[in-house]
Amino acid sequence: MGPEFLAVLQILSLALLAAGVLFYVAGSVGLLRFPDAPSRLHALTKADNVGLGLVSLAAAIYWGEPAIAAKIALVWLFAIISSGMTAQLLARAAPVADGSGSPAEYERESGT
Amino acid sequence: MSAAFDILLCLMILATAGIALFVRGAFAAIAFFIAFGNLLGLAWLALGAVNVALAEIAVGAGVTGVALILACSRLFELGDNLADVRTPLASRLGSAALCLGFTVMLAGVVLTIPPGDRLSKVVAPLLPGLGIENPVTGVLLAFRGYDTLLETFVLLGALVAAWSLTPDASRRLPPTTMVMTDPTSRIVAEAFTRLLAPAALIIAAYLVWVGSDLPGGAFQAGAVLAGALVVATLGGVVVLPRLDSLAARIALMVGPLTFLAIGLAGAALGGRFLAYPDGLEKTLIVTIEYALAISIAAGLALLAIGPPQPMPNNARADAR
Repeated sequence: MGPEFLAVLQILSLALLAAGVLFYVAGSVGLLRFPDAPSRLHALTKADNVGLGLVSLAAAIYWGEPAIAAKIALVWLFAIISSGMTAQLLARAAPVADGSGSPAEYERESGT
Repeated sequence: MSAAFDILLCLMILATAGIALFVRGAFAAIAFFIAFGNLLGLAWLALGAVNVALAEIAVGAGVTGVALILACSRLFELGDNLADVRTPLASRLGSAALCLGFTVMLAGVVLTIPPGDRLSKVVAPLLPGLGIENPVTGVLLAFRGYDTLLETFVLLGALVAAWSLTPDASRRLPPTTMVMTDPTSRIVAEAFTRLLAPAALIIAAYLVWVGSDLPGGAFQAGAVLAGALVVATLGGVVVLPRLDSLAARIALMVGPLTFLAIGLAGAALGGRFLAYPDGLEKTLIVTIEYALAISIAAGLALLAIGPPQPMPNNARADAR
């Protein structure tokens, strides 16, 4: 690999990192600004997962080793799975903005 | 790491610590305490202490965070709103003075350490004799085995202390049911457990195994397993043992007892207490680490969930 190729990889890694940070910022702004739990979770889980994916990709390219890339991919995969699960649980437990209780409560009360 | 990153990290650590101390409302304080633990882990990482970083994030932020949240929601259920705690001024000033004194002493000690990595120069030539490449594991399990042996009993002591606060009547109760009451939530947690538990087992075994050469070890592996156990309990896949369960007690004791037995065997075979026979160092250290990981996992999970509660817990799934 020539030095030019390595430089291109570094620039690519930096660009991915910057894009990832942008998604994280967007997710955090959504978490702070959105009115209720479901839309906050929407911002967090969707934007932050893309952010994590981009940062993981940037790290994998930066290190440039298949073994490290595989480990980073696993980290990314487990983070996606657990954020999906926690989003489900939080959304069911959290009250919605109009004060009508959580979806879980609604289902219990209406018997659906 | 650049100086700007270090300074920013220090400021964030101080800010989260300050907010955790002074924010009104117990839940917000816990949230900031968890953020503080994660940032502290990053600081250890920036200092190159990967082992300490892993332990801080897994135990200091993760397991402690779970324990605090559970304690907080139980106090809410008991009717304590946790917001209106008046600490007398004298005890506030007293603890501030103690903390300040401790910080000054610590700073004094740290600043007298001459620059340069002297300890690793002492340890590095000794490691090949152990067959272990990770200096932290070498120091913890061979050169300072006493400390680590006692630490493993500290965790047991903490658990015994927590259990001893349980009223006699509830000791014979079935374990606290942590299963989520909302059926869909329970299915989500159960599906997650079925996916996570095997992976957590492999990761824990891997962490102990690489612990002899790379960052990792019994405490990190134990914390991973404890986390999986707590999630499995929420999903109803694992039922917590009763306090008088023999299996639970064996799991809690196997690590410290293995450590103690191997240490005593070292003394009996003509060496000193906690001295490993020549050629068997790595085998024995890895054996101790695996046994310790099991005990640490059981101890942390039981400590996080706490003793049986003599009260209904219908409202629990929604409180979380």
